Amino acid sequence: MAKLTIDDLKRIKESARRNLALRSEKGVIDILVHMGTCGIEAGARDVMKALLDETEKSGRTDIRVLAGPCGGMCGVEPTIVIKSDGAEPVIYQQMNPDKIQQVFASHVQKGEIVTAFVKAPETTGE
Amino acid sequence: MSKIRIQIMLCSGTGCHSTGSLVLRKALDEEIEKQGLAEEVVVIETGCNGFCAVGPVMLVQPEGIFYQKVKVDDVPELVTEHFLKGRPVEKLFYKDPADKKRIPIMNDIPFFTHQMFRVMRNKGIIDPEVIDEYIGRDGYFAVAKALKEMAPEDIIETVKDSGIRGRGGAGFPAGLKWLFASKSESDVKYVLCNADEGDPGAFMDRSILETDPHAVLEGMIIAARAINASQGYIYARTEYPLAISRLTIAINAARKYGLLGKNILDTGFDFDIEIYEGAGAFVCGEETALMRSIEGKRGMPRPRPPFPANKGLWEKPTILNNVETLASIPQIILNGADWYADVGTETSKGTKVFALTGDINNIGLVEVPMGTPLKTIIYDIGGGIPKKKKFKAVQLGGPSGGCVPAQYLDTPVDFEEIAKVGAIMGSGGAIVMDEDTCMVDMARFFMDFIQDESCGKCTPCREGTRRLLEILEKICEGRGEPEDIDTLEELSAMIKESSLCGLGQTAPNPVLSTLRYFRDEYMAHINEKKCPAKRCIPLLEFRVDENLCKKCGLCHKNCPADAIIWKKKTVAVIEKDKCIECMTCFDKCRFDAIF
Repeated sequence: MAKLTIDDLKRIKESARRNLALRSEKGVIDILVHMGTCGIEAGARDVMKALLDETEKSGRTDIRVLAGPCGGMCGVEPTIVIKSDGAEPVIYQQMNPDKIQQVFASHVQKGEIVTAFVKAPETTGE
Repeated sequence: MSKIRIQIMLCSGTGCHSTGSLVLRKALDEEIEKQGLAEEVVVIETGCNGFCAVGPVMLVQPEGIFYQKVKVDDVPELVTEHFLKGRPVEKLFYKDPADKKRIPIMNDIPFFTHQMFRVMRNKGIIDPEVIDEYIGRDGYFAVAKALKEMAPEDIIETVKDSGIRGRGGAGFPAGLKWLFASKSESDVKYVLCNADEGDPGAFMDRSILETDPHAVLEGMIIAARAINASQGYIYARTEYPLAISRLTIAINAARKYGLLGKNILDTGFDFDIEIYEGAGAFVCGEETALMRSIEGKRGMPRPRPPFPANKGLWEKPTILNNVETLASIPQIILNGADWYADVGTETSKGTKVFALTGDINNIGLVEVPMGTPLKTIIYDIGGGIPKKKKFKAVQLGGPSGGCVPAQYLDTPVDFEEIAKVGAIMGSGGAIVMDEDTCMVDMARFFMDFIQDESCGKCTPCREGTRRLLEILEKICEGRGEPEDIDTLEELSAMIKESSLCGLGQTAPNPVLSTLRYFRDEYMAHINEKKCPAKRCIPLLEFRVDENLCKKCGLCHKNCPADAIIWKKKTVAVIEKDKCIECMTCFDKCRFDAIF
């Protein structure tokens, strides 16, 4: 390793920050995947993996992908909840990796809600 | 950005190592792999979290959930329930002893809420063995600023204006020390770090070195620039293997990056650091003895002046700062003197790290703003005294310090205020004692330590401390005479006045401060041949008081020597010939019936 200059130091800081973001910074967007037994049964693990893929590709450090317990919406699993700073949480239902790609590209990246997949208020419970 | 969604910050300080964090790490890695989460969930070992009492501890990020006393058997449940399914495991949360409620989030736990992390700002956040993570937290940017943008005089001015005083015990203004050394004419100068932490019960320096070794290195580079030194040494005791190993890794990584060595950050400034392992003599924490030890001689102090700023290591101008002082420097340079001085009292600025130990619920490492009352440290952060016992005193400053009794618990953490009540800030050791502690015995313990550690160079310390110990032993054994108190006081004054170094000059402090606040205990030992705290074995009769005994049989059940005769509804009787005087019955009896 060659000797560092101050610019090198800044570069290292920037790349290390990505790794540190999860432990030291607050997220701007939280995406919660309901991982109850019903969720996992319906494919929540694949949804989770797809989300992590998309997050990785985006290179963004302000997104937190979280696992959460059963949300009581077992009939429409897998469900995810997207919470952006200052906005009402949005619940998406019956997710799969394809839909995740669309939701990520539109809602997470551009802030445009994909209304077609949003959980309708009346579908609760089984 | 990787696919990692959970980072488990596992405490890997010496405390948690001893409660099993290393085996836990292995179990976690295996279980995470087994459940197919290796791409998403990662374990990171950090330095001391501070909450050593409930180790092994871990912090799960980004949620900030704190788990305590985690065992290998808990791992499968933890991985399935929390990491896979998102249901945090409640039974591993911290339980508040006051209301028995479980608290999931670390920052909601009282132990943490009253603290302020400056020196320990990276604790639990970075892996101390990865230099990039330190850099990611602004690491080495203070060096960049000091070398590129500041003249040595500016650095000294900033440190002076910040008001930071030496954290090793004496509280000398760090900026002044640097100023004196900078004015000394010499082409060779040295920067030393004193990591010879020797007070019984103290572990501040060790934890800082284990948690954030680069902060200390960075502080040393800045100090070197300020006085124009090109070589530094860290004097650490060899009993600190983990701290030394992390320091070694840190020094090598810094050298590789050119942050130590020739032409640092391409600024033309040269500075390198070596570790010197001390054998663990208490006196080597004294600056002149420490320097002699590095020179390869027997660690003994010499008279001052000349002061190290003029003639120190190998007769060259030298500055010696404590670990905590040096670890504070980068933040002062980056954020400015005003930022630092904004916290604290009139004469004591910034924060102070304490190693809280003894008869206290939350044993651990704490950092508080100067000015925080001792009460807050002991009750709000420390969680009070275990087993509903009463607080008796807290020994501050180790064997060189003094005890602060209950009536002075409002005393704020401040160099002058603590001195007023007869103790010293010291390096931050705080040993809490409950009502069962005999203060004469406590003074005897510290005097035994001191006379053992006295280097023997000057007579007052060598002979005086031994005589003090003899008198204290005599009192504890019931052979004390009224005039012993006068002798103790007279001898103490003489030792303080005439000893060569700080060790001797402060050696009588435990005697003087216990005499100041607990003279009645000395008198009880001498006049009534009684130890009020029931700790001094020769003064105990090992008998059961018939009036106080509630006939519960607890002493009988717990006696390891079967020396206590008891039947239901009868008073217990201790059989003298079988009794091994182990004190178990004293500790078990809830009615204070054994004397």
